[in-house]
Amino acid sequence: MSSPTGPLDPPLQSPLQAAALGLRYDRRNVIDDLDIVVPPGSFTVIIGPNACGKSTLLRALAGLLPASSGTVLLDGRDIVSYSAKDTARRLGLLPQSAVSPEGITVAELVARGRYAHQRLLRQWSAADESAVTDALRVTNVADLATRPVDELSGGQRQRVWIAMVLAQQTPLILLDEPTTYLDIAHQIEVLNLLHDLNGRGRTIVAVLHDLNHAARYASNIIAMQDGRIVAQGPPGTTITAELVAEVFGLANVVISDPLTGTPLVVPADTRLPHPVVTGA
Amino acid sequence: MATIPVPAVRAGRGAARAAWFGAALVALITAVTLSVIVGANPLHPGAVLDTMFGGGTAESRFVVWDQRIPRTAAGMAVGAALGVAGALIQAFTRNPLADPGILGVNAGAAFFVAVGITFFGVTSPLGYVWLACAGALLLTVAVYAIGSAGGQAAGPVRLTVTGVAIGAVFAGLTTGLTLTHPDAFDRMRGWSAGSLLERGFDVVLPVLPLVLVGLALALWAAPGLNSIALGPDVARSQGVNVRRIQLVVLLAVTLLAGSATAVAGPLVFVGLVVPHVVRWTLGTDQRRIVLGSMVLGPVLVLASDVLGRVAVLPSEMPVGVVTAFLGAPVLIALVRRRSATAL
Amino acid sequence: MTGTVSTGPVSTLDVGRRRIVLGIRGLTVVIGLRSALVGVLVLLVTVFLALLALALGDFPLTLAEVVGVVTGQVDGLPRIVVLEWRLPRAMAAVLFGAALAVAGAIFQTVTRNPLASPDIIGLANGSFTGMLVALLVLGGSWPLLTAGSLIGGLAAAVLIYLLAYRGGLHGFRFIVVGIGISAMLASVNTWMLLRVELETALFASAWGAGTLNSVTAATAVPAGLSIVLLLALVPLVAPAVRQLDLGDDAASATGVAVGRARLAAIALAVCLVSVVTAVAGPIAFVALAAPQITRRLTATPGIPFVTTGIVGGALLLGSDLIAQHVIPLTVPVGVVTVVLGGSYLVWLLIHESRRRA
Repeated sequence: MSSPTGPLDPPLQSPLQAAALGLRYDRRNVIDDLDIVVPPGSFTVIIGPNACGKSTLLRALAGLLPASSGTVLLDGRDIVSYSAKDTARRLGLLPQSAVSPEGITVAELVARGRYAHQRLLRQWSAADESAVTDALRVTNVADLATRPVDELSGGQRQRVWIAMVLAQQTPLILLDEPTTYLDIAHQIEVLNLLHDLNGRGRTIVAVLHDLNHAARYASNIIAMQDGRIVAQGPPGTTITAELVAEVFGLANVVISDPLTGTPLVVPADTRLPHPVVTGA
Repeated sequence: MATIPVPAVRAGRGAARAAWFGAALVALITAVTLSVIVGANPLHPGAVLDTMFGGGTAESRFVVWDQRIPRTAAGMAVGAALGVAGALIQAFTRNPLADPGILGVNAGAAFFVAVGITFFGVTSPLGYVWLACAGALLLTVAVYAIGSAGGQAAGPVRLTVTGVAIGAVFAGLTTGLTLTHPDAFDRMRGWSAGSLLERGFDVVLPVLPLVLVGLALALWAAPGLNSIALGPDVARSQGVNVRRIQLVVLLAVTLLAGSATAVAGPLVFVGLVVPHVVRWTLGTDQRRIVLGSMVLGPVLVLASDVLGRVAVLPSEMPVGVVTAFLGAPVLIALVRRRSATAL
Repeated sequence: MTGTVSTGPVSTLDVGRRRIVLGIRGLTVVIGLRSALVGVLVLLVTVFLALLALALGDFPLTLAEVVGVVTGQVDGLPRIVVLEWRLPRAMAAVLFGAALAVAGAIFQTVTRNPLASPDIIGLANGSFTGMLVALLVLGGSWPLLTAGSLIGGLAAAVLIYLLAYRGGLHGFRFIVVGIGISAMLASVNTWMLLRVELETALFASAWGAGTLNSVTAATAVPAGLSIVLLLALVPLVAPAVRQLDLGDDAASATGVAVGRARLAAIALAVCLVSVVTAVAGPIAFVALAAPQITRRLTATPGIPFVTTGIVGGALLLGSDLIAQHVIPLTVPVGVVTVVLGGSYLVWLLIHESRRRA
């Protein structure tokens, strides 16, 4: 909706935007003529029903999916004009599908996130060391560092992948459903971590499926449906009962979260009454 | 209640599928007819028809009843066996590079045939049949035993690697043997090309029961394979005995591929290309793939055989050589045309 | 398990696997300890095998004489025997084995399939076709055969690439087209072998199994130099290839230009295999088995390229020794590599499952 108005001071320029973006996937036009601006320093969350194009959009913003029309701008320049390592130093992505090589340990996998900072003859530096150590600590997997990733539970493995993205040390982090496989405590832990990173200056863009998590943590919500953005803005004004009903097809009520004051979506009670059984 | 993804059917609804099978059957009948009518010996179709119903000369009777009809029967059996074996092995290993020989069937058969030729002077197709059967069976058992060493049931990946390794060892031994015995080499190069020449009923009938049993097992296991494709846990929760299906599949592949190799020599490509073509035009339901392969396999083998008979008159191009030229272009055209997924 | 030995930048991070971090003035290299040890050990074995290769044969020499020739102290017949007859062949065996092994490692890493080998893209069959055409149609002198094989293999690879490329090189389509072309070429080869006289067919098949019999200094030196040059390029693509281990998305996200890296790596592997095949024919199984054997010996998550090269060299040299001196009949080295490599792989599989049970 809002578009950049020309050269701004670097701290205020949007790190990630798309202009008139068109995306094709499997020969279908998934997204057409879409404009999006990620506010610098924001915690942007993209929500929407299944197959609305949010994952596709995220991949395009990360440079994984080439635009069939329009452009994606990273730090003000067309994303395709950056080299692969350059992009990786500015933007980190937690992908949906990643394969852990057989037998790799946690620390080794997290260290792989340092690829963009390394050279042929500069395979390990003090910076690499501290980045990896910090990432392990912050995601609470430091005590698992020497264990093979194959042996971990789904939740632990997810945290290791997040640590790998953190080790990349990018000012911009994109995450596609980072809370999959995690139990509720760890989901909150990861979201708190993202909130913390955001507080220290990193711009976060995440696709989340839980509306209430989105409402509580995001500073900027982008709601999508059928490849189009239907609403954008802070959660307080964006997540309304009408929006949820329209986009998700769910009858609902939106109240104020008793602890944080952010919107809390409560599904309407549509349970069918149990049949009454007569007789003793 | 979890939503279980249903494999998408690519060919539309029942009408399209019926049309597919109709076309395939027409192709099969055409191939069979051509196989009986066409040959190096120029016989008028009328004469062939006459001979089939009791008339004809001694020569035409020999050509039709001792050569062409048995050969056609062999081609049908081999084609159906290889097509279905290929479908099973690809579903079982979930690997597009898999062909029925991956369990060592071809390597075992070839080795035993080579040994028979070199040390026991075996020269007839009938002799080859028994040697090949024995070799195929023994090697598959060895592959399964080694693949399962350690008590666990052998999973598809393990079996594949074991089959490739053991198959390679025996292929190497066969090469070593034939390169040091020129007579054996001469006979083997004929057999290893894959041929239906001189395959009479005496060669086909002994293995026919094995093929039929194999086909029946394949049809029995096909619905189970559909469930297994969704993941072994999902399959088990649907009541499918995964271990039993896997064993049945292995048995069926051994019977089918072993019999086919025993009759015609190694015809590797049929088992590779036919299931791919069926899957890409008919969908991912294993029952249909098995049935489709049963019809399309013979079409490929017979068409190749017919072509081989007339392409380089007066000599004959073995069917094993022609199948690649017929099958590969189809395979490549299909994989280029669609955004084909692995399975 | 404390991890690291280091000089220069301190690395106290324990990654769960012993590694050596060597650093001088800001340049650092990380080496897996176990990989290095295995590499050194196998290298020693290779040296021993090489000495054997120089000593054994129709004119047996003692090890002392061999060492004497190498150090320049012994002259005359032993010198000719060692330097002109046996050394080219032994060096070729080591270098060709290394080339094939590294090519196989690249292929298996890039396709994430432990069964992948350069053969699947029709190189072996294409080389054979080229060689057969040169032999049967063009007269068949050795340089012609070498050229034919080189052209045939590369032409097959290019054909597959062109057919498989449709707006991008998708792995599955590449594999399937490769299988199709390979099968057609195999049929052409079978047909040609059937049509010629027995002797020619035997000769061609021996080449087709992979043989070092025809290696002389004239052929070994250019091939060896080419291989050394190509192998020197491997470290340039190795980090990117190793990152591809994580899947295309993660590799791209961490900074790999996936399409370009894959293409460069495969092109390098194709060149390595083509050079070997041109001189010695398609030697099977080294490209397939050496990486897998190495990975199991070093117990690393990926395939270490340098160690794999060393293992490949030892494998081919050992096989050639067996082919020449152990087996009473003349067998091509390719037969020995297949039987040896396959048997060892089988043994490893049994051993692996017993350990897990």
